[in-house]
Amino acid sequence: MIQECVEQFACQAANINFNVDGLLNGFWQLTIDGLSWGAIYALVAVGYTLVFGVLRLINFAHSEIFMLGMFGAYFCLDMILGFAPSGNAYSKGIALTILYLLIAMLFAMLVSGTAAVGLEFIAYRPLRRRNARPLTFLITAIGMSFVLQEFVHFILPHIIKGYGGSNAQQPIILVQPKTQFTIFGATVSNVTLVVIAAALVLALLTDIAINRTKFGRGIRAVAQDPTTATLMGVSRERIIITTFLIGGLLAGAAAMLYTLKVPQGIIYSGGFLLGIKAFSAAVLGGIGNLRGALLGGLLLGVMENYGQAVFGTQWRDVVAFVLLVLVLLIRPTGILGESLGKARA
Amino acid sequence: MRGRVARSAFALGSAGLVVLGIAGCNQSAPEENTAQANLKIVEQVQIDENGAEVKAAEGATAADPAGDGKATCPPVSIAMAGALNGPDAALGINIKNGVQLAIDKHNAANPGCQVQLKPFDTEGDPQKATGIAPQIVDDQYTIGLVGPAFSGETKATGTVFDQAGLVATTASATNVTLSENGWKTFFRGLANDGVQGPSVANYLKNTLAYKKICVVDDSTDYGLGLATAVRETLGPVADSSCNISVKKGDKDFSAAVTQVKGASPDAVFYSGYYSEAAPFVQQLKDGGVTATFVSADGTKDPEFVKQAGEASKDAILACPCGPATGTFAEEYSKKFGQEAGTYSVEGYDLGTILLKGIDSGAITRPALLDFVKTYDGQGLGRKYQWNDKGELTTTLIWIYKVQ
Repeated sequence: MIQECVEQFACQAANINFNVDGLLNGFWQLTIDGLSWGAIYALVAVGYTLVFGVLRLINFAHSEIFMLGMFGAYFCLDMILGFAPSGNAYSKGIALTILYLLIAMLFAMLVSGTAAVGLEFIAYRPLRRRNARPLTFLITAIGMSFVLQEFVHFILPHIIKGYGGSNAQQPIILVQPKTQFTIFGATVSNVTLVVIAAALVLALLTDIAINRTKFGRGIRAVAQDPTTATLMGVSRERIIITTFLIGGLLAGAAAMLYTLKVPQGIIYSGGFLLGIKAFSAAVLGGIGNLRGALLGGLLLGVMENYGQAVFGTQWRDVVAFVLLVLVLLIRPTGILGESLGKARA
Repeated sequence: MRGRVARSAFALGSAGLVVLGIAGCNQSAPEENTAQANLKIVEQVQIDENGAEVKAAEGATAADPAGDGKATCPPVSIAMAGALNGPDAALGINIKNGVQLAIDKHNAANPGCQVQLKPFDTEGDPQKATGIAPQIVDDQYTIGLVGPAFSGETKATGTVFDQAGLVATTASATNVTLSENGWKTFFRGLANDGVQGPSVANYLKNTLAYKKICVVDDSTDYGLGLATAVRETLGPVADSSCNISVKKGDKDFSAAVTQVKGASPDAVFYSGYYSEAAPFVQQLKDGGVTATFVSADGTKDPEFVKQAGEASKDAILACPCGPATGTFAEEYSKKFGQEAGTYSVEGYDLGTILLKGIDSGAITRPALLDFVKTYDGQGLGRKYQWNDKGELTTTLIWIYKVQ
């Protein structure tokens, strides 16, 4: 059980398959599972893309905003709604379950939104005041990512007993995955339905907020040309806060949906890989571009699921990143192009 | 603009409060879970390399560190080296507490022989251990060592202890090659990795008579190594249509579940750690797979049951580590405020053996080394007697079950 690699087993490479039948047979199932993962990627990707559009900053700490959202949802179910963690599923009936999920989601959004705005205040605003160089922002973002992770890893257990630490939270399962119906032979579970439906609604709302409201116009204006936007009476600072807030809210919602899919995933390091994937999704769709992030997320989720069917489960992440490289080789600005400010967005 | 923000924030906030209020009234105890919350990993039987069940030796009682209470000795100490801080600290602390318990029992019973425990924190890191090994060796009062805990650090420091003639008994380093370095001071208190795979595979194939088994590994050194041994021993029983490799860190196993379901095996052997085993077993059960879930020492952790809940029921877990039972378990949890964990028993047994040596008058390094070399006696976890390489002469694997 000792993890170090000492000679004997060290050099066995994982084997790669090439199983096209697996893809063809399970095509619809893979598509649906992939879509539900992609929906989560998409929601998180929005946070990366909006902040990049407005600040030209890759907010690497966004994955930790997502992670805090998972803890927020868990805290809400555990402490506020009084569900004891047990690893077994509760059955509360559809109406009540949806209500509880909604509350948990709102709470997670609150936690993540607050954390994102707090991050902006503590880490990025002071740098902006001092006209720091872009690289400083990037390093700060990476640093904050570690700070938040280690906070949950080492400090949170001393603040709230039983939270954080090296192990994942003991799960609270509200929705027992059950097949609801089948399309083209693919089973659709209640969890998948909830995830995709919630993500669709949220994506739609965000799209309207960015493209149809005064706020959205402000965000697009600052993204396009900060100086002119300021001259036109748009408060850049307020726009920046709003941007972080929207990104945080969506990350919180995504976090709750993620814990539905993976109840055992609530751990301090649980946001990291998903964050990287979501960032890739944002780049894939064209970073700075809202619809690009949504499309990129869905595409990445589906493609990596196809990939794992063909090459084997352990190659899922490899497929995702190779896909990213290939798309960027052909279209360096991503599928829908980069700018949040341009007419495309 | 500001007014609008305030208004919508207010609306959102009050809506949230109303919802919370409703929920508060609904607050209810989770009635359906209380009855099933008592799942535990319980030891079943010991097996040999052919997978045959081995009964515990009749009438053999475990060595007691207290001895006869008449021992006298000059001030000597036993060192313990392992991860006491950092992410892998749990195992190191389990071992340290085991040794501590043995020494405390000994010292309480023998006023004329007070042995001190000197713990050294290596963080499980071979490099740190290399720096710490000379400190252990240079302390003249230290005549025996329990540790190092992990294989990597043991490999890095074995030569130092060998040259100093300091007997180094490890409670948890299971890499096969460690005993092949010619170290005269290396003693392993449990079966190595090369034993576990074949033993558990034969147990599944011969004793439990499973006809079709899916072997899933997590692509780590440990997981892949163990899975390879299991697959080889199982032969055709390991269904090649569901030889699956997943990745450590994965939490979504839907593809693997579909593949296992297609093969409809008698058992699924997962070769990896509990953090992935828990979601995997749950997703298997959710996906309608009824095959027995089998795993090994990487999964034998209370966290596995905590995380997987009811889905972990009836899972079979193999481990070279012995079970903490009876008075040992009681004394341990009373003293340290937590339950005895994996390798606590090994730490206790090895500590006891060293103490027995000291009580018998072996109060120098060469004398204690000779004592351990020729030792033959029953411990809590197993019978301890070593061959000239420092491997146990009988290497048995414990089978546990979640129930």
